Amino acid sequence: MPITINGVDHELDVDPRTSLLDFLRGDAGLTGTKKGCDHGQCGACTVLLNGQRINSCLTLAVMHDGDSVTTIEGLGTPDAPHPLQAAFVRHDGYQCGYCTPGQICSAKAMLDEIAAGWTSYVSDDVAGSPKLSEEEIRERMSGNLCRCGAYSNIVAAIAEVAEAQA
Amino acid sequence: MKPFEYQQAHGLGEAHQLLVADGGKPIAGGTNLLDLMKLEVETPSALVDVNRLPLGGIVEHGEGLHIGALVSNSACAADPRIRGQYPVLARAILAGATFQLRNKATTGGNLCQRTRCYYFYDLSQACNKREPGTGCAAIGGFNRIHAILGASDACIATYPGDMAVALSALDATVEIHDAKGEKRMVPVREFHRLPGDTPERDNVLEAGDVITGVVLPAPSGGTQLYRKVRDRASYAFALVSVAAVLQVEDGVIAKARLAFGGLAHKPWHDPRVEALLEGEAPSDALFDQAAALLLDEAREQGSNDFKIPLTRRTLKAVLREATGGTL
Repeated sequence: MPITINGVDHELDVDPRTSLLDFLRGDAGLTGTKKGCDHGQCGACTVLLNGQRINSCLTLAVMHDGDSVTTIEGLGTPDAPHPLQAAFVRHDGYQCGYCTPGQICSAKAMLDEIAAGWTSYVSDDVAGSPKLSEEEIRERMSGNLCRCGAYSNIVAAIAEVAEAQA
Repeated sequence: MKPFEYQQAHGLGEAHQLLVADGGKPIAGGTNLLDLMKLEVETPSALVDVNRLPLGGIVEHGEGLHIGALVSNSACAADPRIRGQYPVLARAILAGATFQLRNKATTGGNLCQRTRCYYFYDLSQACNKREPGTGCAAIGGFNRIHAILGASDACIATYPGDMAVALSALDATVEIHDAKGEKRMVPVREFHRLPGDTPERDNVLEAGDVITGVVLPAPSGGTQLYRKVRDRASYAFALVSVAAVLQVEDGVIAKARLAFGGLAHKPWHDPRVEALLEGEAPSDALFDQAAALLLDEAREQGSNDFKIPLTRRTLKAVLREATGGTL
């Protein structure tokens, strides 16, 4: 079975060693997803797999026949940006921009997780409904590093979109 | 990464067959295994993808729950039954890794997470766990994250996970199917091994074994806490962690279940400490005795000496909080 990336089917005829990240960038030609550490520590390679955020560097492409992947290219376009993309621009949520596609894919999934009622390590009541706060955003985004240190503006951009959706 | 043969198993029988025939390793989430394969710490000749096995559900099991081996850490921590009745497990899972990793990491795979010892990861260093007989560069080296309990002259590595520490406090059981298709149940407390002179074996799994699930006993109630002390506020391994399930009735500790992360080659469980606490009224003096008993055979390694007072303080803080005292 093919893998579906941003709604388009791709055949998985690759060396089994190919990470999903390398498949996206090399075989599918979608270079929006970035390779940072290649070890699951920085989050630059974050994409949505069947709607959930994952590190695309730590999984093999061949394991994903039949799966659906959304990358930053599938979230929005320059003419019709996703609300998070527009908010990152408005709040200056980046400097060099290398971590930004991963940050935005991660933030998209994070808002969905909160809507689904998933709690985090900093939630007061693990069995209750999570309430969005700066502390919650920082904890939930700890898998995405920004070496320029644009964290305050990243948090502001995400908080704005979260409030608009609430 | 070294080349390997990749195969998908569509049933348990096929998984056993492929694992035995090719001497391969099962892969589920792959978040730890692929990291180690990139560094060539792990060099399996074959990978058997078990993600298509029907092991992805959490179902009632007697008075408890059966968590399928392929249930992701995220799904487990988000399950209302886990959050409501086994909060120590939800808290421990949420204390580990990141949302991205927990979406991929599985219940069975997480139990098999390997140590984060720097020398295990570094192919230029001696490591009895990676290459038996070469020695242990961590002993006498930089060993800040290493074991203070249960270590050996061959290995002072720690088990890095959080989930299994909570499972140990809850006295959960690992369900394993062997290559002959026979099922066996191993208490989580006996699943991971101490290093002894065979540190290359992290746990009791044999070739061809597949973890099919984890069984939680009936909910025990009580106050359930997971406290993790680490170098960063988020996304860091435990220096020390404590999972606690405590019940106080009529002013005395009726039940105490405690397990510890970051201290040893396995989630540490010491029934002597629980016995000392049970039947006694909570007090600082009692908690001091509990900590002293827990650490009576602790052995520091140089860079990790701080773990002994840190464990004492963390245990006491957890016991105070769980028995209604102040921090």
